[in-house]
Amino acid sequence: MIKVVDLHKSFGDLEVLKGINTEIRKGEVVCVIGASGSGKSTFLRCLNLLEEPTKGEIYIDGISLMEHKKDINKLRQKVGMVFQQFNLFPHMTVLENIMLAPVKVKKMPEEEARRKAIELLRKVGLSDKDNVYPSQLSGGQKQRVAIARALAMDPEVMLFDEPTSALDPEMVGEVLAVMKQLAMEGMTMVVVTHEMGFAREVGDRILFMDEGVILEEGTPEELFGNPKKERTRAFLSKVL
Amino acid sequence: MLEGVYRVLSDAIYFNLIREDRYMLFVNGLKVSIQLTVFAAIIGVIIGLLMAIAKLTNNKILNRIATAYTDVIRGTPSVVQLIVIYYAILGSSQLPKLLVASLAFGINSGAYVTELIRAGIQAVDKGQMEAARSLGLSYSQAMRYVIVPQAIKNILPALVSEFIVLLKETAVAGYIALDDLTRAGTIVRGRTFDPYTPFILVALIYLYITSMLTAFMGRLERRLRQSD
Repeated sequence: MIKVVDLHKSFGDLEVLKGINTEIRKGEVVCVIGASGSGKSTFLRCLNLLEEPTKGEIYIDGISLMEHKKDINKLRQKVGMVFQQFNLFPHMTVLENIMLAPVKVKKMPEEEARRKAIELLRKVGLSDKDNVYPSQLSGGQKQRVAIARALAMDPEVMLFDEPTSALDPEMVGEVLAVMKQLAMEGMTMVVVTHEMGFAREVGDRILFMDEGVILEEGTPEELFGNPKKERTRAFLSKVL
Repeated sequence: MLEGVYRVLSDAIYFNLIREDRYMLFVNGLKVSIQLTVFAAIIGVIIGLLMAIAKLTNNKILNRIATAYTDVIRGTPSVVQLIVIYYAILGSSQLPKLLVASLAFGINSGAYVTELIRAGIQAVDKGQMEAARSLGLSYSQAMRYVIVPQAIKNILPALVSEFIVLLKETAVAGYIALDDLTRAGTIVRGRTFDPYTPFILVALIYLYITSMLTAFMGRLERRLRQSD
Protein backbone atom coordinates (compact mmCIF):
# COMPACT_ATOMS: atom_id res chain seq x y z
CA MET A 1 0.00 0.00 0.00
CA ILE A 2 2.85 2.39 0.89
CA LYS A 3 6.36 1.65 -0.22
CA VAL A 4 9.31 3.79 0.83
CA VAL A 5 12.62 3.43 -0.98
CA ASP A 6 15.86 5.04 0.15
CA LEU A 7 14.14 8.13 1.54
CA HIS A 8 16.43 11.03 2.40
CA LYS A 9 15.53 14.41 3.84
CA SER A 10 17.81 17.29 4.73
CA PHE A 11 17.05 20.66 6.24
CA GLY A 12 19.93 22.74 4.95
CA ASP A 13 23.07 20.97 6.15
CA LEU A 14 21.22 18.84 8.64
CA GLU A 15 20.42 15.39 7.29
CA VAL A 16 17.39 14.17 9.22
CA LEU A 17 16.52 11.07 7.22
CA LYS A 18 19.41 8.98 5.93
CA GLY A 19 17.83 6.33 3.78
CA ILE A 20 14.54 4.86 4.95
CA ASN A 21 13.26 1.66 3.36
CA THR A 22 10.02 0.07 4.41
CA GLU A 23 6.68 -1.12 3.23
CA ILE A 24 3.32 -0.69 4.87
CA ARG A 25 0.72 -3.26 3.95
CA LYS A 26 -2.99 -2.77 3.76
CA GLY A 27 -4.68 -3.11 7.14
CA GLU A 28 -1.40 -2.99 8.99
CA VAL A 29 -0.82 -0.85 12.08
CA VAL A 30 2.77 0.33 12.13
CA CYS A 31 4.04 2.18 15.18
CA VAL A 32 7.15 4.31 14.86
CA ILE A 33 9.10 4.82 18.06
CA GLY A 34 12.41 6.46 18.87
CA ALA A 35 14.01 9.34 20.72
CA SER A 36 13.25 12.98 19.93
CA GLY A 37 15.19 14.09 16.89
CA SER A 38 15.47 10.60 15.47
CA GLY A 39 13.49 11.67 12.40
CA LYS A 40 10.24 9.81 13.03
CA SER A 41 7.95 12.83 12.61
CA THR A 42 9.82 13.95 9.51
CA PHE A 43 9.45 10.46 8.07
CA LEU A 44 5.71 10.56 8.69
CA ARG A 45 5.35 14.04 7.19
CA CYS A 46 7.17 12.89 4.05
CA LEU A 47 4.47 10.26 3.48
CA ASN A 48 1.99 12.95 2.40
CA LEU A 49 4.64 15.37 1.19
CA LEU A 50 4.17 17.91 3.98
CA GLU A 51 7.93 17.64 3.88
CA GLU A 52 9.43 17.19 0.46
CA PRO A 53 12.01 14.39 0.40
CA THR A 54 15.49 15.35 -0.75
CA LYS A 55 15.99 11.96 -2.38
CA GLY A 56 14.25 8.62 -2.67
CA GLU A 57 10.84 7.37 -3.63
CA ILE A 58 7.47 6.94 -1.98
CA TYR A 59 4.80 4.86 -3.67
CA ILE A 60 1.17 4.88 -2.62
CA ASP A 61 -0.83 2.12 -4.27
CA GLY A 62 2.05 1.83 -6.73
CA ILE A 63 1.89 5.51 -7.71
CA SER A 64 5.10 7.46 -7.19
CA LEU A 65 4.57 10.58 -5.10
CA MET A 66 7.73 12.19 -6.38
CA GLU A 67 6.63 11.85 -9.99
CA HIS A 68 3.12 13.08 -9.32
CA LYS A 69 3.67 16.19 -7.22
CA LYS A 70 1.12 17.96 -9.39
CA ASP A 71 -1.57 15.51 -8.32
CA ILE A 72 -0.64 15.82 -4.68
CA ASN A 73 -4.06 17.12 -3.66
CA LYS A 74 -5.61 13.99 -5.13
CA LEU A 75 -3.09 11.69 -3.47
CA ARG A 76 -3.46 13.40 -0.11
CA GLN A 77 -7.13 12.48 -0.09
CA LYS A 78 -6.04 8.88 0.34
CA VAL A 79 -3.86 9.76 3.31
CA GLY A 80 -5.47 11.19 6.44
CA MET A 81 -3.30 12.92 8.99
CA VAL A 82 -3.71 13.67 12.68
CA PHE A 83 -1.37 16.19 14.27
CA GLN A 84 0.11 16.55 17.73
CA GLN A 85 -1.40 20.04 18.04
CA PHE A 86 -4.79 18.98 16.59
CA ASN A 87 -4.84 21.93 14.14
CA LEU A 88 -8.61 22.21 14.14
CA PHE A 89 -9.91 25.27 12.32
CA PRO A 90 -10.87 27.62 15.18
CA HIS A 91 -13.29 29.74 13.13
CA MET A 92 -15.49 26.78 12.24
CA THR A 93 -17.78 24.64 14.36
CA VAL A 94 -16.92 21.01 14.90
CA LEU A 95 -19.34 19.99 12.15
CA GLU A 96 -17.96 22.56 9.71
CA ASN A 97 -14.43 21.36 10.44
CA ILE A 98 -15.39 17.84 9.41
CA MET A 99 -17.50 18.89 6.40
CA LEU A 100 -15.03 21.31 4.83
CA ALA A 101 -12.88 18.89 2.86
CA PRO A 102 -15.66 16.56 1.64
CA VAL A 103 -17.68 19.54 0.39
CA LYS A 104 -14.88 21.61 -1.10
CA VAL A 105 -12.53 18.90 -2.32
CA LYS A 106 -14.78 15.96 -3.10
CA LYS A 107 -17.73 18.21 -4.04
CA MET A 108 -20.00 16.10 -1.84
CA PRO A 109 -23.51 17.59 -1.45
CA GLU A 110 -23.74 19.47 1.84
CA GLU A 111 -26.56 17.31 3.23
CA GLU A 112 -24.64 14.13 2.61
CA ALA A 113 -21.49 15.61 4.13
CA ARG A 114 -23.46 16.67 7.19
CA ARG A 115 -24.93 13.19 7.65
CA LYS A 116 -21.49 11.71 7.32
CA ALA A 117 -19.98 14.19 9.78
CA ILE A 118 -22.67 13.41 12.36
CA GLU A 119 -22.05 9.71 11.86
CA LEU A 120 -18.30 10.20 12.38
CA LEU A 121 -18.86 12.29 15.49
CA ARG A 122 -20.89 9.47 16.95
CA LYS A 123 -18.09 7.09 16.12
CA VAL A 124 -15.59 9.14 18.12
CA GLY A 125 -18.11 9.61 20.92
CA LEU A 126 -18.89 13.30 20.48
CA SER A 127 -22.43 13.34 19.12
CA ASP A 128 -23.44 16.24 21.33
CA LYS A 129 -20.60 18.53 20.22
CA ASP A 130 -21.56 19.13 16.60
CA ASN A 131 -22.31 22.84 16.89
CA VAL A 132 -19.61 24.00 19.30
CA TYR A 133 -16.36 25.72 18.39
CA PRO A 134 -13.04 23.93 18.99
CA SER A 135 -12.08 26.37 21.76
CA GLN A 136 -14.90 24.94 23.87
CA LEU A 137 -13.50 21.40 23.72
CA SER A 138 -10.93 19.65 25.90
CA GLY A 139 -7.69 18.45 24.33
CA GLY A 140 -8.89 14.88 24.08
CA GLN A 141 -12.13 15.97 22.45
CA LYS A 142 -10.24 18.17 19.98
CA GLN A 143 -8.07 15.27 18.95
CA ARG A 144 -11.08 13.01 18.46
CA VAL A 145 -12.68 15.67 16.25
CA ALA A 146 -9.41 15.86 14.30
CA ILE A 147 -9.55 12.11 13.76
CA ALA A 148 -13.17 12.38 12.56
CA ARG A 149 -12.16 15.21 10.23
CA ALA A 150 -9.44 13.08 8.65
CA LEU A 151 -11.77 10.09 8.36
CA ALA A 152 -14.38 12.19 6.53
CA MET A 153 -12.28 11.94 3.37
CA ASP A 154 -12.39 8.12 3.50
CA PRO A 155 -8.62 7.80 3.51
CA GLU A 156 -6.95 4.48 2.80
CA VAL A 157 -4.29 5.12 5.38
CA MET A 158 -4.13 7.30 8.48
CA LEU A 159 -0.97 8.97 9.72
CA PHE A 160 -0.77 9.92 13.40
CA ASP A 161 1.97 12.32 14.47
CA GLU A 162 2.31 11.92 18.24
CA PRO A 163 -1.46 12.26 18.65
CA THR A 164 -1.42 12.12 22.46
CA SER A 165 1.76 14.06 23.26
CA ALA A 166 0.00 17.40 23.76
CA LEU A 167 -2.73 15.95 25.97
CA ASP A 168 -3.21 15.97 29.71
CA PRO A 169 -2.60 12.44 31.00
CA GLU A 170 -6.25 11.79 31.83
CA MET A 171 -7.25 12.44 28.22
CA VAL A 172 -4.78 10.13 26.54
CA GLY A 173 -6.97 7.08 27.05
CA GLU A 174 -10.01 8.37 25.18
CA VAL A 175 -7.93 9.17 22.09
CA LEU A 176 -6.09 5.86 22.15
CA ALA A 177 -9.43 4.06 22.49
CA VAL A 178 -10.67 5.66 19.27
CA MET A 179 -7.43 4.77 17.50
CA LYS A 180 -7.65 1.20 18.73
CA GLN A 181 -11.19 0.88 17.48
CA LEU A 182 -10.06 2.20 14.12
CA ALA A 183 -7.26 -0.37 14.01
CA MET A 184 -9.68 -3.16 14.77
CA GLU A 185 -11.89 -2.08 11.90
CA GLY A 186 -8.95 -2.73 9.62
CA MET A 187 -7.68 0.80 8.95
CA THR A 188 -4.12 1.01 7.74
CA MET A 189 -2.28 3.20 10.24
CA VAL A 190 1.17 4.66 10.75
CA VAL A 191 1.51 5.98 14.28
CA VAL A 192 4.44 7.98 15.62
CA THR A 193 4.07 7.61 19.34
CA HIS A 194 5.62 7.60 22.77
CA GLU A 195 2.80 5.41 24.10
CA MET A 196 4.63 2.11 24.35
CA GLY A 197 1.59 0.38 25.83
CA PHE A 198 -0.48 1.30 22.76
CA ALA A 199 2.32 0.28 20.37
CA ARG A 200 2.67 -3.08 22.06
CA GLU A 201 -1.04 -3.79 22.21
CA VAL A 202 -2.29 -2.42 18.89
CA GLY A 203 0.76 -2.35 16.64
CA ASP A 204 1.32 -5.12 14.13
CA ARG A 205 4.84 -3.97 13.56
CA ILE A 206 7.16 -1.59 15.39
CA LEU A 207 9.82 0.52 13.70
CA PHE A 208 12.55 1.82 15.96
CA MET A 209 14.16 4.89 14.45
CA ASP A 210 17.52 6.27 15.46
CA GLU A 211 19.55 9.05 13.83
CA GLY A 212 17.55 9.07 10.63
CA VAL A 213 17.38 5.36 9.89
CA ILE A 214 15.15 2.47 10.89
CA LEU A 215 17.57 0.77 13.22
CA GLU A 216 15.39 -2.17 14.07
CA GLU A 217 11.91 -3.43 13.27
CA GLY A 218 9.71 -6.33 14.17
CA THR A 219 6.53 -7.44 15.86
CA PRO A 220 5.88 -5.93 19.28
CA GLU A 221 6.91 -9.24 20.87
CA GLU A 222 10.22 -9.26 19.03
CA LEU A 223 11.05 -5.61 19.52
CA PHE A 224 9.90 -5.10 23.08
CA GLY A 225 10.63 -8.64 24.26
CA ASN A 226 13.95 -9.28 22.62
CA PRO A 227 15.55 -6.16 21.09
CA LYS A 228 18.69 -7.01 19.17
CA LYS A 229 20.46 -3.68 18.93
CA GLU A 230 22.19 -2.02 21.86
CA ARG A 231 20.57 1.38 21.02
CA THR A 232 17.10 -0.18 21.00
CA ARG A 233 17.70 -1.78 24.38
CA ALA A 234 18.99 1.50 25.81
CA PHE A 235 15.96 3.41 24.50
CA LEU A 236 13.44 0.86 25.72
CA SER A 237 15.03 0.66 29.16
CA LYS A 238 14.41 4.40 29.50
CA VAL A 239 10.81 4.49 28.33
CA LEU A 240 9.34 1.25 29.60
CA MET B 1 -14.84 89.22 35.44
CA LEU B 2 -17.30 86.60 34.22
CA GLU B 3 -18.60 89.14 31.81
CA GLY B 4 -15.10 89.57 30.42
CA VAL B 5 -14.70 85.85 29.73
CA TYR B 6 -18.11 85.76 28.09
CA ARG B 7 -17.15 88.70 25.92
CA VAL B 8 -13.88 87.09 24.77
CA LEU B 9 -15.62 83.81 23.94
CA SER B 10 -18.50 85.34 22.05
CA ASP B 11 -16.08 87.51 20.09
CA ALA B 12 -13.99 84.47 19.24
CA ILE B 13 -17.02 82.58 18.02
CA TYR B 14 -18.35 85.54 16.10
CA PHE B 15 -15.13 86.38 14.28
CA ASN B 16 -13.97 82.82 13.62
CA LEU B 17 -17.24 81.17 12.76
CA ILE B 18 -20.11 83.51 12.04
CA ARG B 19 -18.75 86.55 10.29
CA GLU B 20 -18.70 86.09 6.51
CA ASP B 21 -20.09 82.58 7.13
CA ARG B 22 -16.62 81.40 8.07
CA TYR B 23 -18.01 78.19 9.58
CA MET B 24 -18.56 77.10 5.98
CA LEU B 25 -14.80 77.04 5.52
CA PHE B 26 -14.57 74.43 8.28
CA VAL B 27 -17.54 72.48 6.95
CA ASN B 28 -16.12 72.38 3.43
CA GLY B 29 -12.64 71.62 4.76
CA LEU B 30 -14.03 68.70 6.75
CA LYS B 31 -15.78 67.41 3.62
CA VAL B 32 -12.50 67.50 1.72
CA SER B 33 -10.61 65.79 4.55
CA ILE B 34 -13.18 63.02 4.75
CA GLN B 35 -13.37 62.51 1.00
CA LEU B 36 -9.60 62.43 0.84
CA THR B 37 -9.40 59.88 3.65
CA VAL B 38 -12.08 57.63 2.16
CA PHE B 39 -10.62 57.65 -1.36
CA ALA B 40 -7.10 57.16 -0.05
CA ALA B 41 -8.27 54.32 2.21
CA ILE B 42 -9.88 52.53 -0.74
CA ILE B 43 -6.80 52.96 -2.91
CA GLY B 44 -4.58 51.96 0.01
CA VAL B 45 -6.49 48.76 0.71
CA ILE B 46 -6.41 47.74 -2.97
CA ILE B 47 -2.68 48.41 -3.24
CA GLY B 48 -2.09 46.79 0.14
CA LEU B 49 -3.91 43.61 -0.88
CA LEU B 50 -1.98 43.30 -4.13
CA MET B 51 1.37 44.06 -2.52
CA ALA B 52 0.74 41.68 0.39
CA ILE B 53 0.05 38.90 -2.13
CA ALA B 54 3.21 39.92 -3.98
CA LYS B 55 5.15 39.64 -0.72
CA LEU B 56 3.73 36.26 0.22
CA THR B 57 4.20 34.44 -3.09
CA ASN B 58 7.31 32.53 -3.97
CA ASN B 59 8.01 34.77 -6.97
CA LYS B 60 11.35 36.52 -6.32
CA ILE B 61 10.65 39.44 -8.64
CA LEU B 62 7.27 40.20 -7.09
CA ASN B 63 8.82 39.90 -3.62
CA ARG B 64 11.44 42.49 -4.54
CA ILE B 65 8.98 44.92 -6.08
CA ALA B 66 6.75 44.78 -3.01
CA THR B 67 9.66 45.11 -0.60
CA ALA B 68 11.09 48.08 -2.52
CA TYR B 69 7.67 49.74 -2.44
CA THR B 70 7.13 49.36 1.29
CA ASP B 71 10.73 50.33 2.10
CA VAL B 72 10.62 53.53 0.06
CA ILE B 73 7.19 54.63 1.25
CA ARG B 74 7.72 53.84 4.89
CA GLY B 75 11.20 55.35 4.83
CA THR B 76 10.21 58.79 3.57
CA PRO B 77 7.87 61.48 4.99
CA SER B 78 4.37 61.51 3.55
CA VAL B 79 4.52 65.27 2.94
CA VAL B 80 7.51 64.75 0.69
CA GLN B 81 5.72 61.95 -1.15
CA LEU B 82 2.67 64.15 -1.60
CA ILE B 83 4.68 67.02 -3.05
CA VAL B 84 6.74 64.80 -5.32
CA ILE B 85 3.70 62.98 -6.65
CA TYR B 86 1.74 66.20 -7.08
CA TYR B 87 4.34 68.37 -8.80
CA ALA B 88 6.66 65.93 -10.49
CA ILE B 89 4.36 63.14 -11.56
CA LEU B 90 0.78 64.34 -11.75
CA GLY B 91 0.96 68.13 -11.50
CA SER B 92 1.11 68.54 -15.25
CA SER B 93 -2.05 66.53 -15.83
CA GLN B 94 -5.59 67.88 -15.70
CA LEU B 95 -6.66 65.62 -12.87
CA PRO B 96 -8.50 67.32 -9.98
CA LYS B 97 -6.30 68.06 -7.00
CA LEU B 98 -8.43 65.95 -4.70
CA LEU B 99 -7.87 62.89 -6.87
CA VAL B 100 -4.13 63.46 -7.07
CA ALA B 101 -3.91 63.87 -3.32
CA SER B 102 -6.08 60.76 -2.79
CA LEU B 103 -3.70 58.80 -4.98
CA ALA B 104 -0.66 60.11 -3.10
CA PHE B 105 -2.12 59.31 0.30
CA GLY B 106 -3.42 55.98 -1.03
CA ILE B 107 0.04 55.01 -2.21
CA ASN B 108 1.38 56.03 1.19
CA SER B 109 -1.24 54.16 3.20
CA GLY B 110 -0.94 51.13 0.92
CA ALA B 111 2.54 50.43 2.23
CA TYR B 112 1.29 50.21 5.81
CA VAL B 113 -1.74 48.18 4.77
CA THR B 114 0.60 45.77 2.94
CA GLU B 115 2.44 45.09 6.16
CA LEU B 116 -0.80 44.75 8.15
CA ILE B 117 -2.16 42.14 5.77
CA ARG B 118 1.12 40.28 5.48
CA ALA B 119 1.56 40.16 9.24
CA GLY B 120 -2.08 39.17 9.73
CA ILE B 121 -1.75 36.22 7.37
CA GLN B 122 1.60 35.12 8.73
CA ALA B 123 0.26 35.26 12.28
CA VAL B 124 -2.07 32.35 11.49
CA ASP B 125 -0.48 29.19 12.89
CA LYS B 126 1.27 27.23 10.16
CA GLY B 127 -0.37 24.05 11.38
CA GLN B 128 -3.59 25.43 9.91
CA MET B 129 -2.17 25.36 6.40
CA GLU B 130 -0.71 21.90 6.97
CA ALA B 131 -4.00 20.53 8.26
CA ALA B 132 -5.91 22.00 5.32
CA ARG B 133 -3.40 20.69 2.77
CA SER B 134 -3.32 17.26 4.41
CA LEU B 135 -7.07 17.03 3.80
CA GLY B 136 -6.50 17.53 0.08
CA LEU B 137 -7.34 21.23 -0.19
CA SER B 138 -5.28 23.12 -2.75
CA TYR B 139 -3.16 26.08 -1.64
CA SER B 140 -5.75 28.59 -2.81
CA GLN B 141 -8.63 26.68 -1.21
CA ALA B 142 -6.69 26.52 2.05
CA MET B 143 -6.07 30.27 1.85
CA ARG B 144 -9.69 31.04 1.07
CA TYR B 145 -11.47 28.80 3.57
CA VAL B 146 -8.94 28.45 6.38
CA ILE B 147 -6.20 31.09 6.45
CA VAL B 148 -7.85 34.31 5.26
CA PRO B 149 -10.96 34.09 7.50
CA GLN B 150 -8.65 33.81 10.50
CA ALA B 151 -6.29 36.50 9.23
CA ILE B 152 -9.17 38.96 8.84
CA LYS B 153 -9.63 38.89 12.59
CA ASN B 154 -6.06 40.07 13.00
CA ILE B 155 -6.27 42.58 10.18
CA LEU B 156 -9.60 44.43 10.53
CA PRO B 157 -9.03 46.23 13.86
CA ALA B 158 -5.52 47.22 12.76
CA LEU B 159 -6.97 48.51 9.51
CA VAL B 160 -9.36 50.85 11.35
CA SER B 161 -6.40 52.12 13.31
CA GLU B 162 -4.59 52.74 10.01
CA PHE B 163 -7.59 54.80 8.81
CA ILE B 164 -7.30 56.97 11.91
CA VAL B 165 -3.64 57.59 11.14
CA LEU B 166 -4.56 58.30 7.53
CA LEU B 167 -7.15 60.93 8.47
CA LYS B 168 -4.55 62.78 10.51
CA GLU B 169 -1.93 62.39 7.79
CA THR B 170 -4.19 64.18 5.31
CA ALA B 171 -3.72 67.35 7.38
CA VAL B 172 -0.70 68.11 5.20
CA ALA B 173 -2.83 68.31 2.04
CA GLY B 174 -2.59 72.08 2.32
CA TYR B 175 0.94 71.77 0.93
CA ILE B 176 -0.56 71.29 -2.50
CA ALA B 177 -3.18 74.00 -1.87
CA LEU B 178 -6.02 71.59 -1.21
CA ASP B 179 -8.54 73.21 1.14
CA ASP B 180 -8.86 70.50 3.76
CA LEU B 181 -9.88 70.95 7.39
CA THR B 182 -6.45 72.03 8.62
CA ARG B 183 -6.14 74.57 5.81
CA ALA B 184 -9.52 75.98 6.79
CA GLY B 185 -7.90 76.77 10.14
CA THR B 186 -5.03 78.50 8.39
CA ILE B 187 -7.36 80.56 6.21
CA VAL B 188 -9.50 81.69 9.13
CA ARG B 189 -6.45 82.55 11.19
CA GLY B 190 -5.28 84.73 8.29
CA ARG B 191 -8.50 86.70 8.45
CA THR B 192 -9.01 86.98 12.20
CA PHE B 193 -5.39 87.09 13.36
CA ASP B 194 -6.51 84.75 16.13
CA PRO B 195 -4.06 81.82 16.19
CA TYR B 196 -5.85 79.77 18.84
CA THR B 197 -9.58 79.50 18.17
CA PRO B 198 -9.49 78.16 14.58
CA PHE B 199 -6.94 75.47 15.35
CA ILE B 200 -8.57 74.43 18.61
CA LEU B 201 -11.76 74.02 16.60
CA VAL B 202 -9.92 72.03 13.96
CA ALA B 203 -8.37 69.83 16.64
CA LEU B 204 -11.75 69.19 18.25
CA ILE B 205 -13.27 68.15 14.93
CA TYR B 206 -10.42 65.71 14.23
CA LEU B 207 -10.69 64.38 17.76
CA TYR B 208 -14.42 63.82 17.42
CA ILE B 209 -14.02 61.76 14.25
CA THR B 210 -11.05 59.76 15.48
CA SER B 211 -12.81 58.90 18.74
CA MET B 212 -15.80 57.62 16.78
CA LEU B 213 -13.46 55.42 14.76
CA THR B 214 -11.71 54.25 17.91
CA ALA B 215 -15.03 53.29 19.48
CA PHE B 216 -15.95 51.44 16.30
CA MET B 217 -12.63 49.60 16.40
CA GLY B 218 -13.29 48.51 19.98
CA ARG B 219 -16.71 47.15 19.08
CA LEU B 220 -15.28 45.36 16.06
CA GLU B 221 -12.56 43.73 18.14
CA ARG B 222 -15.04 42.46 20.69
CA ARG B 223 -17.30 41.03 18.01
CA LEU B 224 -14.48 39.30 16.18
CA ARG B 225 -13.25 37.76 19.40
CA GLN B 226 -16.60 36.14 20.10
CA SER B 227 -16.01 32.92 18.19
CA ASP B 228 -12.61 32.32 19.83
